[in-house]
Amino acid sequence: METVLFYIFAALAVIGAMAVVSNTNPVTGVVSLVLTLFSTAVLFVLLIAHFIAVIQVLIYAGAILVLFLFTVMFLNLRPEGLVFDVGRFYEKLGVLIILMVVTGAFSMELFSNSIGSANGGTQLPEEFGTVEGVSRLLFTQYLLPFELTSILIIVAILGVVAIAKRRV
Amino acid sequence: MLLWIVLAPLVGAVVNGLVFATGFWRRSVGGSENVERKIVSALGPGVILVSAVLSSILFFRLLGLEGDNRRFIEEMFVWIPSGSFTASFELLLDPISAVMVLVVTWVSFLIHVYSIGYMHADRSYSRYFTYLNIFVFFMLILVLANNFVLMFVGWEGVGLASYLLIGFWYEDSTKAYAGRKAFIVNRIGDFGFILGILLIFFVFSSVNYQEVFAKASAPGFVAAAPDGIITIIALLLFIGAVGKSAQFPLFVWLPDAMAGPTPVSALIHAATMVTAGVYMLARCNVFYSASPEAQLIVVSVAAFTAFMAATIALTQNDIKKILAYSTVSQLGYMFMGVGSGAYAAGMFHLLTHAFFKALLFLGAGSVIHALAQEQDIRKMGGIRKDLPITALTFLVGTLAISGFPFLSGFFSKDEILSNLYLRGYTVHWIIGIVTAVLTAFYMLRLYLLTFEGRSRVPGELRLKVHESPRSMWLPLVILAFFSLIGGIFGIPEFMGKSLGLEHSNLFEGFISSALHSYPSSHITGQMFGHWTLLMFSVIAGFVGLLLAYNLYFKKTSIPDEIVKSILLKPLYKFSLGRWFVDEIYDFLILRPYRELSKLSAYFDNFVIDGLVGGVGYVVRESSYVLRAAQSGILRLYVGVMAMGVVAIIVYMLFRAL
Amino acid sequence: MNVDVTHYLVLGAVLFVIGGYGVIARKNIIIVLLSLELMLNAVNLTFVTFSRMHGDMIGHVFMIMALTVAAAEVAVGLALIVAIYAHRETVDIDVLKMLKG
Repeated sequence: METVLFYIFAALAVIGAMAVVSNTNPVTGVVSLVLTLFSTAVLFVLLIAHFIAVIQVLIYAGAILVLFLFTVMFLNLRPEGLVFDVGRFYEKLGVLIILMVVTGAFSMELFSNSIGSANGGTQLPEEFGTVEGVSRLLFTQYLLPFELTSILIIVAILGVVAIAKRRV
Repeated sequence: MLLWIVLAPLVGAVVNGLVFATGFWRRSVGGSENVERKIVSALGPGVILVSAVLSSILFFRLLGLEGDNRRFIEEMFVWIPSGSFTASFELLLDPISAVMVLVVTWVSFLIHVYSIGYMHADRSYSRYFTYLNIFVFFMLILVLANNFVLMFVGWEGVGLASYLLIGFWYEDSTKAYAGRKAFIVNRIGDFGFILGILLIFFVFSSVNYQEVFAKASAPGFVAAAPDGIITIIALLLFIGAVGKSAQFPLFVWLPDAMAGPTPVSALIHAATMVTAGVYMLARCNVFYSASPEAQLIVVSVAAFTAFMAATIALTQNDIKKILAYSTVSQLGYMFMGVGSGAYAAGMFHLLTHAFFKALLFLGAGSVIHALAQEQDIRKMGGIRKDLPITALTFLVGTLAISGFPFLSGFFSKDEILSNLYLRGYTVHWIIGIVTAVLTAFYMLRLYLLTFEGRSRVPGELRLKVHESPRSMWLPLVILAFFSLIGGIFGIPEFMGKSLGLEHSNLFEGFISSALHSYPSSHITGQMFGHWTLLMFSVIAGFVGLLLAYNLYFKKTSIPDEIVKSILLKPLYKFSLGRWFVDEIYDFLILRPYRELSKLSAYFDNFVIDGLVGGVGYVVRESSYVLRAAQSGILRLYVGVMAMGVVAIIVYMLFRAL
Repeated sequence: MNVDVTHYLVLGAVLFVIGGYGVIARKNIIIVLLSLELMLNAVNLTFVTFSRMHGDMIGHVFMIMALTVAAAEVAVGLALIVAIYAHRETVDIDVLKMLKG
């Protein structure tokens, strides 16, 4: 069952990703990315990371990509304004081939020296992947980095405001 | 109180300089130029009068003290504390410096007063008095310092003031150049002086006068010191004195220094600054008394300078140049005095010379002033009736410097000459006598050509010739008075006895109390006695005077014949060309120096600049190549980065295999 | 659960490389930013996979951190895009080469 689910959603994720990088229309690209992210969220569930899966859907698919969509709409790009992005076939092909070769080599390496299965005899703690488990770690051991991320966000907000303000 | 002697001129300099010379008064306050002139005229001489009165009071207090106690020392603060080396801001008033301070302050005061009249038309009036006050300030530091380092401060300071005042009319490039020349030539001497100070510290571990001289005069010290070290110290200090006091070979700056205003020439280049070297030698008498070799060198240089300058003065036509060479010559006399061990005689000549040379310069200034800046004596003559006071006082000065009996110069010069003879410097004595003849000759020539005979003043100017204002002739009269009677302080003992005076030669008695060693005259075994020597001096003076009187008053055609005669013409040219010393220096020093400079400029341009420029060139050219990488295309950057990542991954994979 | 951890890792690598291709090959700056998100997501997948493998939740925490960074990056990036578009009327990053030396 799990194997089937993995292959289905892995295939969906790859298809979505390919759609993202191959589509001329940014709106289609964003929607394709949603597909990939959603598929990944399902894979997180398979990896017993339930909380992470929820966050993935809520924040990534729900918030960030909406922001993308909003920007694309705001800029109101027309297909004829995107003509520049077609063509240059050989260039793309070259990049693709190089990357595929590397990935192939990498995958071969991984498959040939199996590191072990995902459930390879590891005894999972009871609260693995739950909100409680993740938050305990987050608010005790990793409190300082967590707080620092809040500073990062504040800085980002200020930066965005500064950039946006200058145009007025 | 000593401090205020020094500080008063500084106050004047600061106020004159900051408030008036900078234009602060006229521009920021909005004061009128008239008021400015009045204030400056009061303040400039006023502060010097304060110093003069204070120093006179202290001088009389000093007279009341006896022997070794006869000095005031005031320590203000430790200036440079550095390990075992300390230099204090410490002032010393002892007989030697007292004489100098009196001369400096009172002569300065008179010249300040004189300047009010002389400079009244100058637009840099305040700047002039600022410089003059600065000069007096540094001169007093020089004189009153109680250690060599502080003395050096004053030494350099007067050099600076001298430079500023020589180049006072700096718009005229030759005058600015003269200032520069004085400064540079002085530097050579200063270098010797610095080395001397360093060596003194090295040998005595102190720069304080009392400590150094006490050690140096302690019995056995000279014998224990390394061979000749005292001689080296003495000679290094003498090099400093040679620069400052314009002795051969560094005298070339003094005649050029006449480019400054005439009162400046009187003050700095006749009465005070140039005598600093004499003062220094008298101050360091211990070293010279301990080193007969140094004494011989000093006396020889001095005698040569005196003779050489006198011969040059014979034929010059510029009134101030004649006086300048005369000053060099008279400084030679002073050095003959202090160099032969007759410190009191040297100092005494310094004193009388300050009077009559200041008088002569100021008289010359008066003439120049009356003749609309004319300095060539060939365009003067017959102006005695127009300038009666100037002419009379100038004549007094002339007679005084010529050694006319019972005038001030007579006593001081004779004192030096007889000392030379009695101490065994017979050759130098003969040179001195010859120089005395020459001195009398060129001085009377100067007087006669300037004031007597047929007038050679251009026509339109002749009617305008006028006596100077009171502020100018009053100092002349006062100085003339002292030139007349200044000798009474130094009537030699043998003469005093026959005159029935109880205390004669007060001056020597006063000065000697400050000398660490009491040199005695070696009269034994000499051919001539005091009176005979005196006769020689008197005769020398009269010979010179009579010659000049005949040549330039009675038979005025003779000088022209001399110039034309085949035998004497080369000598005339030689004298007129000032022994071609400047030309020799130009050939020996300046020209090779310029060639060397050209060579190093070439080296700098082609080798150094080539290297520096080459480095820049290589960097620039190679950066053109590297610039291509900065295309600004972000995708390219990311692509290159990705290729790097791929390369690393590939490397790791292959390494793992 | 029979799926080998290797499969997850290979999937992550594939997604990462596809994203990298998008960043390098595409000229539309919005697509470039989307591809960047794709790469980050691939990394997140790897984090969680290793977390599962070791039975340790630090990977989860890191994923949250990466998520925060991604969110901030997107916000700033999009603001810049808007600003640039208002200024230059283009989203072609090949045209935007003011950094050319």
